[in-house]
Amino acid sequence: MLNFDLPKLPLGDAIEWFVRWLVANLSVIFDGIRDGLNFITGLLRDGMLAIEPVILILIFGLIIWLLTSKLTALLGIVGLGLIWNVDLWPQLISTLVLVVVAVTIALIIGIPIGVLMTRSSKLEAAMRPMLDFMQTMPPFVYLIPAVMLFGIGIVPGLFATIIFAIPPPVRLTYLGITQVPEDMKEMAVAFGANDRQVLRKIELPLSLPSIMAGVNQCIMLGISMVVIAAMIGAGGLGGEVMRSVNRLDLALGFESGLAIVIMAIILDRVSRNIGSGKEPPLSRIIQYIKKRRLQKKEQQASSA
Amino acid sequence: MTVKIEARNLVKIYGDNTGKALELFNQGYTRSEIQKETGLTLGVAGANFEVEEGEIFVLIGLSGSGKSTLLRLINALIMPTSGSLLVEGQAIEKMTEKELRRLRGERISMVFQHFAILPNRTIIDNVSFGMEIRGVVKEERQKRAEKALETVGLGEWRNAMPNQLSGGMKQRVGLARALVMDADILLMDEPFGALDALIRAEMQEELINLQREIKKTVVFVTHDLDEALRLGDKIAIMRDGAIEQIGTADEILAEPANEYVENFLTGIDVSKILDASSVSKWPRELVRETESVSVALHRMKKADSDYLFVLGPRRKLVGYITRDDILPLSKKREKSFTDVIRKADTIPADTIMRDIYPALRQADRALAVVDEKERFLGIITHNTLVDTLDERKGGDGIAEL
Repeated sequence: MLNFDLPKLPLGDAIEWFVRWLVANLSVIFDGIRDGLNFITGLLRDGMLAIEPVILILIFGLIIWLLTSKLTALLGIVGLGLIWNVDLWPQLISTLVLVVVAVTIALIIGIPIGVLMTRSSKLEAAMRPMLDFMQTMPPFVYLIPAVMLFGIGIVPGLFATIIFAIPPPVRLTYLGITQVPEDMKEMAVAFGANDRQVLRKIELPLSLPSIMAGVNQCIMLGISMVVIAAMIGAGGLGGEVMRSVNRLDLALGFESGLAIVIMAIILDRVSRNIGSGKEPPLSRIIQYIKKRRLQKKEQQASSA
Repeated sequence: MTVKIEARNLVKIYGDNTGKALELFNQGYTRSEIQKETGLTLGVAGANFEVEEGEIFVLIGLSGSGKSTLLRLINALIMPTSGSLLVEGQAIEKMTEKELRRLRGERISMVFQHFAILPNRTIIDNVSFGMEIRGVVKEERQKRAEKALETVGLGEWRNAMPNQLSGGMKQRVGLARALVMDADILLMDEPFGALDALIRAEMQEELINLQREIKKTVVFVTHDLDEALRLGDKIAIMRDGAIEQIGTADEILAEPANEYVENFLTGIDVSKILDASSVSKWPRELVRETESVSVALHRMKKADSDYLFVLGPRRKLVGYITRDDILPLSKKREKSFTDVIRKADTIPADTIMRDIYPALRQADRALAVVDEKERFLGIITHNTLVDTLDERKGGDGIAEL
């Protein structure tokens, strides 16, 4: 055996030192974030739990119908009813809130980063390896600094979920915008548009299908993180899965696992349909209203 | 007439660190030499021109000749490396970003080769795009866009989506979008290049009619000489970034500035469309192999010609006879002229224009056009050639071909 007797690089120690430094010196910020997120998620969860489950299921059904189709809505109602029936309703709401809040934050951060990457090749070059890192690092690893920064509970779960789910919206926003045909952008500039107008009126609308694919992926990754986040006390359906594993409770494991699947499918169908060019009832209703308004205007114009 | 657009020694070199390339250009290096030395591309090589108010100024050249670059320098989509470009007396290279946006939004509109119609907007919203950027209120946008759509004959389609429209219709939308801005200057980048020939001719016609009413200053890029000759009040022929010649259609056709222009005029346009069979004419008189000397003489007199082409069975070309050759036979009272038939200069029916000239120069008399079975189709003389070209151009500027 060769033995170069090289000293081990203190790579891990450096990271640990850094996170400890953050905890020691910036705990005010992290505490503030934790309290804020705790408040928001608590409010959302309590609010939804205050509504009678049957009514909430019907409201969800209506939303699903507006964004997809009658069949999907019907199946969604059946699925949600099943979850309610097996007494996993509070856990479902808790997980849903976690996913929705995490995904919302991931999108608020991720989409602008994707846009900025198209404006600066330096940022793009810097982000690329970071995104690779975030996507390939085993998600369990995020739990450690999350706990150190935010303690146990739903907020570290949110933090880990956000980090894990952010790369797809960043990448797909970047991809979508770079694929907008050059002559469309040139046209806008030729008509006097500034960079903001090019972004708002050309790049974002034309890359919407790609951005929405990023949103969809973000949601899917968020859901897949739910169980892992439960390891640090995020609770919800993931908590039930963890409990069933610890107790070797197959019945509970199957029920809570199935509940996650149902939620995932519903969120996937809903988010996939937005911006895909399909015309769900909502856009048909909007178009109908627009048409009516136009007709009214023309009637007024002709009568006047 | 006031000058709307003026270019002075305009140079565009693509890439960063253009200093060295510019120096080489000023020392007289060619485009390919500069490319080799510095790796940079010379887009426009010292262009000088003036566009007057209300005229259609056509930039024509092969692809890569810099015509699109030159067009984009006018509304500063591309910034010049050196030289100056004045729009209504103001130098674009000295304008701030804000002034440039106003220039593009208010004084110059553009029509694009591939239409650049936004697929996610209705037709009327596409036409409104420029006004939206400029901040025109919605009611006025709608009103003006509707009027512009009427002008281009698409009033019915205002609420349609672009994918419901054909190419020609899309370009009408592009034209309406540019016209609605009420800018004095219209830049058109091969606007009809992506349309098929029939639609293209129709659109050209409409543009001419429209121009009579609106009297815009138009800079029109094309690679189609026919289009340039038809539309252009002034034509600039470009090559490797430089303007080879500027003039009216007649001036350019009558006096090509150099060999390149000459080849461009003959080689590209006419030769592609016209072949020997389409420019050939049926001669006034012909004679059959079996007919007599006196008949031949009679026909020569009738046609006021000193030679006749001789045909055999099934219109097969045998050759030609001259008056000088058959007059002695007539005196000797011989009937047949078959012994004095000369071999005719022939040319295949599908010979392109460019190759007809040299053949014609070498021919003793007229060129006989024959098909693949040596059947006689007609003749080409210097005169028929000029006549044909004249008909096509509808002008009289081609006296010297």
